[in-house]
Amino acid sequence: MPGLLDTEAIRKDFPILDRLVHDGKKVVYLDNAATSQKPRQVLDALNAYYERHNANVHRGVHVLAEEATELYEGARDKVAAFINAPSRDEVIFTKNASESLNLVANMLGWADEPYRVDHETEIVISEMEHHSNIVPWQLLSQRTGAKLKWFGLTDDGRLDLSTIDEIITERTKVVSFTLVSNLLGTINPVETIVRRAQEVGALVVIDASQAAPHMVLDVQALQADFVAFTGHKMCGPTGIGVLWGRQELLEDLPPFLGGGEMIETVSMHSSTYAPAPHKFEAGTPPIAQAVGLGAAVDYLSAIGMDRIAEHEHVITEYAVKRLLEVPDLRIIGPSTAEDRGATLSFTLGDIHPHDVGQVLDEQGIAVRVGHHCARPVCLRYGIPATTRASFYLYSTPAEVDVLVEGLEHVRNFFG
Amino acid sequence: MYQDVILDHYKHPHGRGLRDGDAEVHHVNPTCGDEITLRVKYDGTTIDDVSYEGQGCSISQASASVLNDLLVGKELGEAQRIQETFLELMQSKGKIEPDDAMEEVLEDAVAFAGVSKYPARVKCALLSWMAWKDATAKALSEEAKTA
Repeated sequence: MPGLLDTEAIRKDFPILDRLVHDGKKVVYLDNAATSQKPRQVLDALNAYYERHNANVHRGVHVLAEEATELYEGARDKVAAFINAPSRDEVIFTKNASESLNLVANMLGWADEPYRVDHETEIVISEMEHHSNIVPWQLLSQRTGAKLKWFGLTDDGRLDLSTIDEIITERTKVVSFTLVSNLLGTINPVETIVRRAQEVGALVVIDASQAAPHMVLDVQALQADFVAFTGHKMCGPTGIGVLWGRQELLEDLPPFLGGGEMIETVSMHSSTYAPAPHKFEAGTPPIAQAVGLGAAVDYLSAIGMDRIAEHEHVITEYAVKRLLEVPDLRIIGPSTAEDRGATLSFTLGDIHPHDVGQVLDEQGIAVRVGHHCARPVCLRYGIPATTRASFYLYSTPAEVDVLVEGLEHVRNFFG
Repeated sequence: MYQDVILDHYKHPHGRGLRDGDAEVHHVNPTCGDEITLRVKYDGTTIDDVSYEGQGCSISQASASVLNDLLVGKELGEAQRIQETFLELMQSKGKIEPDDAMEEVLEDAVAFAGVSKYPARVKCALLSWMAWKDATAKALSEEAKTA
């Protein structure tokens, strides 16, 4: 199949992919939308950091503190370059995408005009959001009285933008949506939404958790105001996320968490704050995790995000074709590989996804089952849950075949 | 884990469908979306009927079917003993090998012993049993109110 990466070479970088489970079956890891596996280069960077450079950052004058600071801030440079940020100071490290999104929601909740979200304003999200891009906005809405509105979904798993002008209005203060759905796999039309948001002067927040690992992410091209993503889905360790925000917004908006590192001066009466990004990074940050993310970014960049996207597109085309050959299988989401990522959710007759997942696991195949933290999507399509197979740069067509055989076995087992 | 007994109950559930009852509860398993609506009907302290409707995996559906088999016609005290024994088995993390005494109490339900090794699935097996316990408490308190 043209367009595929040299997975034989890539898989050598991921020790866990050689793992045998359930009496000697090779693990087939198809749960990449939940978290990716980590290449040796990232594991080595974590080890080297702890074995040779560990110290707290931004304080201390000793050599270890200086090295740790350089490594931590170096990771920020790498991430800034990876997402084409105009300035490294626009990259805030958080612990995950949920924290990034909660941070934005709280900045806006405490902000002064013109950013303030209050009872006279509206927040727009979509029905395909992960809970992490729903609940922070529900909380903000409940606390401020702002009205929460959302884009619905079409039958084939796309955002229904037919009434975009009624949903995004002059009252809209913020529009927050996912670039790629973690359940449906849909890639959303950013430009259409951003254009309308800009017309009414609303801020745009993009959840790029399922995009950053899989495609070129250029925050300038997206024209959003904030972009959130997490490290562990893109070959990095857990415990590190990113919030990118436009510089002038980060200067104007108030901090959320207070503590060490985010201040300029502190007295018992009041404090002044450090400039961004430090204003938003209270306390000792996840240093090793940031270093690990830096190594992950190096790893992905060396292969090339455009090449990874192409590889996944080829895998997705093949997986869609093969899955549709399985009787009674219904893809929840776009049924072609166009404008969709390498995440495929499906139902299999009336066999419950838990049973599908369990029988696949017995064959060494790791998929995710359930509502995938996107319960409104399941409600929309009248299903309790789905089985989800999600691919990455090390996935192979042979693994798609194993999945399809596994599903045949599931059907026979419960048939 | 998928014993034939479990698959049989899943494919041919006993006592499924909602019928007249003294109390009704609706329980969900938020991690996987399994749902059950369950009604109990008592004749004094004898279980006259346990009826249910729900959706979910084979484990949760088969477990409800086994529950219906085991509990209908029993005295409340005995039913509670069965429920507690089943709970003990399901919380055993696979460490309890059901003996004859347990098998006498649980009958078909001993087939779920293997499920207890899978923490993610224990809740599926317990869903209908927790619903029954809840519905029974509700029915008894309703009765106390009207008495």
